[in-house]
Amino acid sequence: MIDFIQNTVDGVMFGSSYALLAIGFTIVFGVMRRINLAFGASIMLGAYAGTWLHVHYQVHVLVVALTTVACTIVAGIYVERLCFHAVRRDAALASMVSSFVIWMQLEEASIHLLPERTYAFPGLFAAGAYELGPFLFRAEQTAMLVVAAVMVGVLHLLLHRTRFGVALRAISENPLAAAYMGINAAWVVLCAFALVSMVGGIAGYAILATDEQITPFFGLWATFKGLIAMMLGGMGSLPGAIVGGLLLGVVEANALWYLGTEYRDLGSFLLLFAMLVLRPGGLMGQRILSREELAFRRV
Amino acid sequence: MDDYVITVLSNIGMISFIALSAYLLLLTGEISFGQQAYFGLGAYAAGAVTAMLLLPIWAGILVGACVAGLVAMVVGALTLRLSGLYFSISTLAFAEMVRLILLIVHVQVEVEGEMVGPAGAEGFHGIRWMFERDLSLAQFMLLIYGLLALVLIVLLLMERSRLGSVFRMLGSDDLLAEMQGVNTVRYRILAAGVAGVIAGIGGALYAHFTTYVEPQFFNVMLGVHALAYGLIGGLGTAFGPLIGVAIDVGFLEAVRFIQGYRMIVFGGLVAVLLIFMPRGLLDEERVHRLRTLFSRRSHARSQQS
Repeated sequence: MIDFIQNTVDGVMFGSSYALLAIGFTIVFGVMRRINLAFGASIMLGAYAGTWLHVHYQVHVLVVALTTVACTIVAGIYVERLCFHAVRRDAALASMVSSFVIWMQLEEASIHLLPERTYAFPGLFAAGAYELGPFLFRAEQTAMLVVAAVMVGVLHLLLHRTRFGVALRAISENPLAAAYMGINAAWVVLCAFALVSMVGGIAGYAILATDEQITPFFGLWATFKGLIAMMLGGMGSLPGAIVGGLLLGVVEANALWYLGTEYRDLGSFLLLFAMLVLRPGGLMGQRILSREELAFRRV
Repeated sequence: MDDYVITVLSNIGMISFIALSAYLLLLTGEISFGQQAYFGLGAYAAGAVTAMLLLPIWAGILVGACVAGLVAMVVGALTLRLSGLYFSISTLAFAEMVRLILLIVHVQVEVEGEMVGPAGAEGFHGIRWMFERDLSLAQFMLLIYGLLALVLIVLLLMERSRLGSVFRMLGSDDLLAEMQGVNTVRYRILAAGVAGVIAGIGGALYAHFTTYVEPQFFNVMLGVHALAYGLIGGLGTAFGPLIGVAIDVGFLEAVRFIQGYRMIVFGGLVAVLLIFMPRGLLDEERVHRLRTLFSRRSHARSQQS
């Protein structure tokens, strides 16, 4: 039982970073109804740029963190301009494939920046652990949970208390009505990309600082974890992204403990597949309309 | 032709199978990120038949195609009510499950004093049917292109038949198709099955060409590339995906000096292409225009004579 609780706590802590990645996907999906497959790769490019400065100029850790976030935002805006803004409105599929090829592009650019397999990634403070009763907590994982909680709080305020947030929610609710209200959709979408890239950059930094290393697989990893967490919670739902991320973290931690490394990813994909087959809308997402309802809507 | 050229051409041929498989599903309006699973299942099943049961290669290809097709139909039935992105992600999840299971599967039998069979992450070694028969690479390439031509002919005939129209109807508006009396459930499962069979044949050939396969090859990159080929080449005709494969594998192999910057160049090119042609080079409109051009010309010629 103590093992299970310990795993669950670890899972929640690590899952908080999945939740941040999922938020990146879910906000873009909300405003665009499209998926940005290059999300993980843009975070990776940002992190590689930060690591590059660290490796070659031994800059301060804060500079690494800021560079990571800044370059992720630049990469995110590049992706938005090329794969989403420029591609025709009715071609959602082309956007997705386009963001995929840009993923490959960003990944290769990152590898040219730092060609070796692994690099050490600097954390903000030295790793440590502390005990509470029978449980062991890692300091940097706790920090990640705190960062995630703060970010979710800030995002909530931003989405519900500012003009930008209202505009963003209006577009995701009904783009046409939002346009009639005089909302500049192109600008809001661009800002949304910059926003989620910032969230992604911070999440990426927190994850890599916990791992203490960066590899070329990070882009794929981040995209997968974010996508799975979003789908588990329900596409386009902010609370869903958080719940999905935490659930994914908990399932992975327990699968790892009880079944072994090979079964960790298998468990998460199995969970995702089962969720999609049995309850496609995810835990907190909208119910998917049945065919009859869709037909009625059109009439 | 030297071995290098033959290898590149064979790779183009084998990858074309999975590109056609993804293309068929694109026609019915489904974006699959998971066709690599059927490619992989085909490869493993065919390898098991020839290397472990010592049956001839046609049996391997047949079994590979059947296994892939059956699994694809089951998955198709399970994911019937999903559409759009939900469907895409479910195929991705399934394909990753297959890959991760293949990483665990450890079944080996002793054949002529050697252990042969899938060995988890180390892959499935010793699928040596081609070398035991002293087949040259060129002969095997002929086999690949023969089967590819067969699949292509079937697909082209299908596109001219009622079945092709039904598939395209599902793709543009499945509700409308249902109101026209099309049994959408049956056709969706059929499309999934046929796409699985095509990918399975490709996988079976791949296993015998490379003599060994490992789960890592069947990762999501393969699947998304397969999808991208259709979109680059065009969704108007079954030749579209082949053009996509030829551009990626052929062109980029040929241009050696951009090696290492391959994805930067290719990625940029494709992104720009998709801005101007969101349904690829040979989209429906252009195919139609080409077709009328040719038929008008042949019409004019027949009138002259």
